[in-house]
Amino acid sequence: MAEYLPLYKDAALLTLGIGWAGIAGAIVIGLAVALVVHFRIPVAKQICQAYVELFRNTPLLIQLFFFYFGLPRFGFSITPQFCGAFGLALHGGAYMAESFRSGFESVDRIQRETSLALGLTPLQAVRYVILPQAVTLAFPSFVANVIFLLKETSVFSAISLMDLMFVTKDLMGLYYRTTECLTMLVLFYLVILVPVSVAGSVIERRLRYGSFGN
Amino acid sequence: MADTNTAAAENADTVVKNAETNAAEALLEVEHLHKAYGEKVVLEDISLTVKRGEVVVIIGPSGCGKSTFLRCLNALEPIQGGSVRVAGVEVGADKRQLVALRQKVGMVFQSYDLFPHMTVLDNITLAPMKARGVGRAEAEAQARALLERVGLSDKADSFPRMLSGGQKQRVAIARALAMEPELLLLDEVTAALDPEMVREVLDVILDLAREGKTMVIVTHEMQFARAVADRVLFFDGGGIVEQDIPERFFAHPQTERAQRFLHTFEFDAVRTHEG
Repeated sequence: MAEYLPLYKDAALLTLGIGWAGIAGAIVIGLAVALVVHFRIPVAKQICQAYVELFRNTPLLIQLFFFYFGLPRFGFSITPQFCGAFGLALHGGAYMAESFRSGFESVDRIQRETSLALGLTPLQAVRYVILPQAVTLAFPSFVANVIFLLKETSVFSAISLMDLMFVTKDLMGLYYRTTECLTMLVLFYLVILVPVSVAGSVIERRLRYGSFGN
Repeated sequence: MADTNTAAAENADTVVKNAETNAAEALLEVEHLHKAYGEKVVLEDISLTVKRGEVVVIIGPSGCGKSTFLRCLNALEPIQGGSVRVAGVEVGADKRQLVALRQKVGMVFQSYDLFPHMTVLDNITLAPMKARGVGRAEAEAQARALLERVGLSDKADSFPRMLSGGQKQRVAIARALAMEPELLLLDEVTAALDPEMVREVLDVILDLAREGKTMVIVTHEMQFARAVADRVLFFDGGGIVEQDIPERFFAHPQTERAQRFLHTFEFDAVRTHEG
């Protein structure tokens, strides 16, 4: 199996690269959507809610197919790499939005009132008082989303990205060493994800202590 | 009185001068305030004038609208009728003025609501720095002076979770004072405290009263109300039922409802054994 290791390594790097790009996009989208919903901005709020429902309730694979085969029809030529990251960002954005929204809602309403009563603007109240607490409260579900989204990258092979899943299927097809190849696949996912989960719990504990002392 | 104020409102400079020269100027004017949640009327036709330096205490049974009334005074609750004016400026008339107005009206809540992710010092300096643009050094110096005043100089770098309830509430008062409000609203600030901590908070408020801070206080502490109030308002059923100076109100309440309410604070001796 040793000779295939470089293949797995490259695939893992691709998974990680596109995965993190997509997750970074998902965080930005999720935060923006959560803020729109939090501030109850008319029309934009409804659009955001429709987006969340649409992308949470359809599989990533189908979404990737739509972008990969659909967008070129409208004259957008996209690479599989871009398509993967773009699809993951939109898919993950819906999950992140819900996670941040629950964070916002968990911050006591009176924290906002106190901030306003002190003469801060609604935006300042969010920026300095609500957001820092919401991020802490949303962190556990945020980490769960990151892990979930990294695992979701296993469907990237469907749009011809040479990720871990792609390499595994390829090698299995070529050499019929199913058990070994699948074991490698599992090991590589563990190598990617276990550190994420461990780092997640460490940061979570630090964050909670820093913010709330328990 | 009303005439001089309308005139003053037209010229901000006059207001400031009046504040210096005429201590009897009205700071808070509430006229025919009406507040309802949908069909349910919570406050009906409330009119009240509070002069600069005056301390008004509001008492009354739970659910009579006392807290809602306070929240209307800095527009945390929208009102459905009447008007509220602070230093001649109408509350809620203009959204941009709202922030400026809230900087003049400090409020402290029953549950203290310190920002849990900030140190005591940062809790106090946040609003002066962000809302008024005061520099950090100046804001911190002011915050330390305020902490000294409420007896918590050694807690500047502590987080709220490390403080007792009474200490938290004193920080909350210092935080409100940091904005140098002209009017301070205190909403049952001792209701969530253990009895032995009530005193330390009330002492701070008594100090403020001595210094001439204008305050509207909602409380269930009758002894404290008697000591601090220039005027007591008795609220019931969404309106002011009776108002008087504390000496008269507590000794000889005029209305039957006030008498009944005050009576609930007294206990008749129950002795099952002689001796």
